[in-house]
Amino acid sequence: MKNPIKAALNRREFMASSAAGALVVGMHLPALAQGVAAGSAAGTTPEINAWVVVQPDEKVIVRIARSEMGQGTLTGLAQLVAEELECDWAQVTTEYPTPGQNLARDRVWRSFGTGGSRGIRDSQDYVRRGGAAARIMLIQAAAESWGVPVADCTVAKGVISHAGSNRRTSYGKVTGAAAKLTPPVAASITLKDPKTWTLAGKRLARLDTVEKTNGAQVYGTDLKLPGLLNAAIKDCPVFGGKVRSFNAAAIARMPGVKKVVPVGDSAVAVVADTWWRAKKALDALPIDWDFGAHAGVQQADINAMLKAGLSAEQAAVGNRNGDIQAALAGAVRKVEAVYSYPYQTHATMEVMNATARYTPQRCEVWAPTQNGEAAFAATVEASGLPAAQCEVYKLHLGGGFGRRGGTDYVRQAVAIAKDIAKELPGTPVKLTWSREEDMTQGRYHPITQCKLTAGLDAQGQVTGLHMRISGQSILATVAPQSIRDGKDPVVFQGLNDGGGESMIGYTFPALLIDHAMRNPHVPAGFWRGVNLNQNTVYLECFLDEVAHATNQDPLALRRQLMAKHPKHLAVLNAAAERAGWGQPAPDVKGQKVFRGLAQCHGFGAYVAACAEVSVSAAGELKIHRIVAATDPGHTVNPQQIEAQVEGSFAYGLGAALYEQCTVKDGRIEQQNFDTYPILRIHQMPKVETVLVPSGGFWGGVGEPTIAVAAPAVLNAIFAATGRRIRDLPLGTQSLKKA
Amino acid sequence: MPKLNVNGKVLDHTAEPDTPLLWVLREQLGLTGTKYGCGVAQCGACTVHVDGRPVRSCVLPVSAVRPAQKVTTIEGLSPDGNHPLQKAWVQNDVPQCGYCQSGMLMTAAALLKDKPKPTDAEIDAAMTNICRCGTYNRVRAAIQQVATGQKSAGLDIVHVVRSAA
Repeated sequence: MKNPIKAALNRREFMASSAAGALVVGMHLPALAQGVAAGSAAGTTPEINAWVVVQPDEKVIVRIARSEMGQGTLTGLAQLVAEELECDWAQVTTEYPTPGQNLARDRVWRSFGTGGSRGIRDSQDYVRRGGAAARIMLIQAAAESWGVPVADCTVAKGVISHAGSNRRTSYGKVTGAAAKLTPPVAASITLKDPKTWTLAGKRLARLDTVEKTNGAQVYGTDLKLPGLLNAAIKDCPVFGGKVRSFNAAAIARMPGVKKVVPVGDSAVAVVADTWWRAKKALDALPIDWDFGAHAGVQQADINAMLKAGLSAEQAAVGNRNGDIQAALAGAVRKVEAVYSYPYQTHATMEVMNATARYTPQRCEVWAPTQNGEAAFAATVEASGLPAAQCEVYKLHLGGGFGRRGGTDYVRQAVAIAKDIAKELPGTPVKLTWSREEDMTQGRYHPITQCKLTAGLDAQGQVTGLHMRISGQSILATVAPQSIRDGKDPVVFQGLNDGGGESMIGYTFPALLIDHAMRNPHVPAGFWRGVNLNQNTVYLECFLDEVAHATNQDPLALRRQLMAKHPKHLAVLNAAAERAGWGQPAPDVKGQKVFRGLAQCHGFGAYVAACAEVSVSAAGELKIHRIVAATDPGHTVNPQQIEAQVEGSFAYGLGAALYEQCTVKDGRIEQQNFDTYPILRIHQMPKVETVLVPSGGFWGGVGEPTIAVAAPAVLNAIFAATGRRIRDLPLGTQSLKKA
Repeated sequence: MPKLNVNGKVLDHTAEPDTPLLWVLREQLGLTGTKYGCGVAQCGACTVHVDGRPVRSCVLPVSAVRPAQKVTTIEGLSPDGNHPLQKAWVQNDVPQCGYCQSGMLMTAAALLKDKPKPTDAEIDAAMTNICRCGTYNRVRAAIQQVATGQKSAGLDIVHVVRSAA
């Protein structure tokens, strides 16, 4: 199919529009020098290919399609390109191409999606080919200028040499000639063996650190544009409710107020010169809500709805082998437990925001987004303009964690800018949510319960396991069209039989894992770690229960069930051995220290953790040390993997210990960090990361470890107290010795 | 016109007296390094110094800051990002998303001024800022590195000198 936008924009026009776009950004946003603005640095220098621009002054601009939200992908992808490019790492900067350019160029950068720990593992092959193709063209340009065979030329750190004639040149000197060459066929390129890497795989410092220590990093909330107005917004606190009316006249004379704008049928925004004035006016705005059909829903109703699912006849099967009914019927003894996992919110430190500028001819959006193309599609739809007249500029994210894969805030910003454009066409409007809006208009970690039943024989061996999950489907909220026969496959993360993405690490003689979908009215979303988080709590804590019920060592029981899963087992063993499993942990300040284990496979990587905790006589929990092992296959930047593993325990332990959203009168009760506590430095344990990369595959890093944080600690709590915590978060549940 | 002394300069603003200092800094004076995170003094992303003491600027009405008082923001912590803590932050690759780090640095700078060699418990008590990425252990390591005068906290990160932008 002919792409009309591609036809309209050839490569030369892209270069021109890129430079012009950069110029606009450069004029308005001098502080945007990092990230986006390397584009302005590229100026009129022709690219070697979509991934690489080499400037005459030897600077190398690597184009990064995925978003940087703290996870280090920007640096990792640049390392992979630079590895194949053979350039001088000290010359490397990065820029984001735009989704509009991607569309115009037949998606030359492929996906912009940044979620599911996929940033590097999904794109590593083609970004490396991009770097290699540019290297080949640069060397060819030099060889042709010297009239020597390409094969006789070598390159190191951007310096090309021909030993036979003792000639040398540099990438910057041949960049113009290289840009005119026909690129090699990507499939013909032989990539380097990772064993020979000199930049990739190394513990390099991040490229985006300095600006994050001096206030210079420009996040979406910091954007400055000429004539910029600011908007604050309030959506109906009860999901599914609507605005009946509002009294704009009541606030019209408040300082700075420009306009009160209805947004869709459920929200109202106040536009003012500054955000503080907009927010103050919004707080004073009388709004009459129609709370709708869900205004009477309480948390207890949702819990009861899920509880019913635990024994429902209808359920979608995720994993099955053997005859579970027969195994349980014939069991000498059964172990049974019911667990629950609450709603949780992302609470990115930077609240949701987007800036939009609308004229009848063009709509531009500046947004921190995990999916530039989804933000672009939302812009096209909300503006009503053709795609060729829309553009999205990405900024580094002040946290994402899955929340910024959504486009609700982009649609709102465009709707507001379009409304403002009736009086003031082309006036940019920055929409910034309050923290209260952020917490009450989330796309929440889905709520589930799980009933686990294990059948045991006379020797205490597990003969069968039934794991019934009841609760919410994320896809039912975000992509209902992808649910088939009532089954959301994402529900079974970490529990699948094979597939390479999220596989169970145990073999049982009989197994049934099924899901009774129960969808309350609260919107669900992808929350860092997603369904692997609660699934790993359920399975790993329950296996710990089985081990204790049968007087087996939790590690020994696992080893026996993991015989057919050597990669899972190797990582578990690595964590257990480093922690010293089998020997008593040394006391800390007179308190006995106890250990707990957990392991899983998710986002393509194998992870395990051993937690060391103590619990005082008064029931006070201290988490002293975590040993965490990871096998992500190949490692691109080990010190960044360590940073992700450490951070995963802040996220995962906060979730296990404190984080919970509850529903009252159809709305989320928690509005800010005073009622939705986040783990802080005094609660953060030491984390020792053990990297055991086995090569041969590419696994994710940003998410999988989160899932082992909670069960490792909960199992250690049981060892310390005899108390089995089955309802998360721990919250105020007593930990005094049982 | 009301005045504020920020980073050594006396600046005018037009904010209403009850406007939190945070929003005067960000929206009237263009100093966006100080961040909004919660608006209720919970997260610390908005931390600045007033006469050297750390304050949560999101709940401090601008009218409560006298013109003679010295406000310091992340942009004024050092002339060119060379405060020992900023250098240690870079050496330890502390930030991930980075959004909370201005507040972290301002809180840590005030702590070290007060207690040049803080204990772990003193770090815990002072550094109540929220970091959603979970950089806490590197924050602690960087503070301790400055406090003890060590060259590195042992994270073994390879730094390459980048050419001038």
